[in-house]
Amino acid sequence: MSQTTHGTTAEHEFPKEHYLNAAHGWKSWLLTTDHKRICILYLISVSVFFAIGGMYAGMIRLELVTPEGDLFQPDTYNRVFTMHAVMMIFFFLIPSIPATLGNFFIPLMIGAKDVAFPKLNLASWYMYLMGSSLALFALFKGGVDTGWTFYTPFSTTYSNSYVSTVAVGIFINGFSSIFTGVNFMATIHRMRAPGMTWFRLPLFIWAHYATSLIMVLGTPVLAITILLVGMERLFKFGFFDPALGGDPVLFQHLFWFYSHPAVYIMILPSMGVMSEIIATFTRKPIFGYHFVAFSSMGIAIIGFLVWGHHLFLSSQSVYASLVFSFLTMLVAVPSAVKVFNWGATLYRGSIAYTTPMFYALGFLGLFTIGGLTGVMLGTLGLDIHMHDTYFVVAHFHYIMVGGALFGYLGGLHFYWPKMFGRSARGFFPHLSALLIFVGFNLTFFPQFILGYLGMPRRYHVYPEEFQVLNVMSTAGATVLAIGYALPVFYMIWSLKRGEIAGPNPWGASGLEWQTQSPPILHNFESMPVVTEDPYTYHPPAQEGAGQPAAAHSAS
Amino acid sequence: MSSQALGESKLHHHFETYEQQKETSFLGMWLFLAQEVMFFGGAFAAYVNYRTLYPEAFVAGSQQLDTTIGFLNTLVLLCSSFTMVYAVWAAQNSKGPKKIALGLYGTIFFGGIFLIVKYFEYGAKFAHHLVPGYNFIPPVQDIPHAESTEIFFALYFGMTGLHALHMIVGMGIMAVMLFGLHTGKSWAIWDRKNHNFVEGFGLYWHFVDIVWIFLFPFLYLLGAHPPSF
Repeated sequence: MSQTTHGTTAEHEFPKEHYLNAAHGWKSWLLTTDHKRICILYLISVSVFFAIGGMYAGMIRLELVTPEGDLFQPDTYNRVFTMHAVMMIFFFLIPSIPATLGNFFIPLMIGAKDVAFPKLNLASWYMYLMGSSLALFALFKGGVDTGWTFYTPFSTTYSNSYVSTVAVGIFINGFSSIFTGVNFMATIHRMRAPGMTWFRLPLFIWAHYATSLIMVLGTPVLAITILLVGMERLFKFGFFDPALGGDPVLFQHLFWFYSHPAVYIMILPSMGVMSEIIATFTRKPIFGYHFVAFSSMGIAIIGFLVWGHHLFLSSQSVYASLVFSFLTMLVAVPSAVKVFNWGATLYRGSIAYTTPMFYALGFLGLFTIGGLTGVMLGTLGLDIHMHDTYFVVAHFHYIMVGGALFGYLGGLHFYWPKMFGRSARGFFPHLSALLIFVGFNLTFFPQFILGYLGMPRRYHVYPEEFQVLNVMSTAGATVLAIGYALPVFYMIWSLKRGEIAGPNPWGASGLEWQTQSPPILHNFESMPVVTEDPYTYHPPAQEGAGQPAAAHSAS
Repeated sequence: MSSQALGESKLHHHFETYEQQKETSFLGMWLFLAQEVMFFGGAFAAYVNYRTLYPEAFVAGSQQLDTTIGFLNTLVLLCSSFTMVYAVWAAQNSKGPKKIALGLYGTIFFGGIFLIVKYFEYGAKFAHHLVPGYNFIPPVQDIPHAESTEIFFALYFGMTGLHALHMIVGMGIMAVMLFGLHTGKSWAIWDRKNHNFVEGFGLYWHFVDIVWIFLFPFLYLLGAHPPSF
């Protein structure tokens, strides 16, 4: 594989005309309606919020090195973990893959000139900017201490921190999500090139379609929840205040009706990236294409029906909890379908160990751990023991970092040459992937044990016997931080100095690899016509030299 | 009749045909409306929750609302939908900017009447000490959870307020459309090929009407029989 690409890239020249030099000046960026440029605007902004969220994570881990609370006051610590979650969830993970890679590659993959509503696409970035700026403002004024879940009546009645400001920020940011979702669904329905039937769509598209469904149908419920909280704080309407006859558990239902599916907003696009990477670097079609496509839809639909598993310890009836527990286990089925099918795709594939493939293989293992511990937590009896412990923290970090973030980073490495025309590969990308994998596991695996032993989340002090595991976790976080910092350097370096990629550096199938890198303003010279199924890889004789012959003769 | 001498309606660069542009635009609008359904759905979920918890208080609350005014306002809103349909028809059949504008002016007129009536209804609540969190005194005392009538009025103000806000936004958009029509802006040329803006906005306006069609029975009619029964 690597020999193939090295052999071919030497002949490529950097294209003279492309979307990056189609127009100049700051206005051409801030007023652009080109989906590729909007991707880059988003890429820069979500990276900033990832860095801020990461710094808060560092502060948490630093405090937890010692059992005593020696770095922060309890109230400060509440603000630190809340801001970590708010920044990471609302301003990094939710827009991360859809607004960057999705924005760039959905039109390219289906052979369109742009998304369906280019102005709405730009508006979505401005909504994101407004929402995130409000959250930043609240951060500099002192932040929020309620936890990212904003549970009432603490958030509505007692908290003196900047709840309203952050809530308005999240409300505005919701528009950005909804605009993106509407845009993607309309694009996928109506903008496909001739011959691009539904079952010729790359699985990346299916995953984003399912994600968009959640964005469109879930986000407004969070919006109304925030509005009800806002009315309670501003006008003392008492929707969630027990003293006025309000029902705090209603808040939890409404909140999790969005916020559980929001987890699938984070993980589904990542699964889409996984399918693309695995197909490319095994040089095989994804095993059970239809099942993987429908499992995305299955996850999105069943995902809407499981929110009650966050309320097992509230006043929710036991019968409702039983149903929610059952539905939670049901959502593991389409997730497992994906994992097994990726596994089957690897079988006898001609595997190339590139950096994106490292992330994909890491994803497979980590997502499986994260998913299975999720099933454990969905079990009624066990959840009562594990509830609000570090076991839960470790579980969702395996999904959100080991799953969503690995997909984001893998996808970024995979698509980087297409986006900028130059490759970032070699020793440092490999090293970074390795550091992130090792650092991640060292950070979060001890937290499973801590949680199982009973250490509660959101506390800044803990009994001395938990110190060894906490120090391990902090050490892992340090390794993780170095792993995250490396790409900043080598990726920026590659923009100028990386080797010229050519249209298809990975030898991948798909329309996005047929146009030049970086693509021209309207993506394709002429309207592409699709004649074959996705992930059609031809025998090595047609692909060029350098394929591992043994692997192919075996398959 | 067709005084569309201003020029051709616009086909945006990323579409191949007018047909594709139209279908895409309506699909986007329907998705946006699906989003709106979920948005109001959250508020209706809260309504169902509290109505189940405090049925007597909600009946007591309903009886404080004036069903006659509510009914007449419903008719006014339906009239505004009729004029909206007129504007959409004029655009679809290339009847020219004047007729489109006439339909929009009519819609703004009836929408405005609705909001003015709503203003006086709200004023009456302030006078009768029925504003939650401000001057609320439960209107009926001898029922279980009498104090929870306040939640009914919180929902009343919250839900009708959001509905009114949607109308105000809609009227703002109509003002922009009228501005475009009167100044002959290229994006405001609507004819047989491209009337997507008018028709898409029409869908929005009808949706806002339908929300009221649900709000009216939920808030005014359920349990609103006279106390003497």
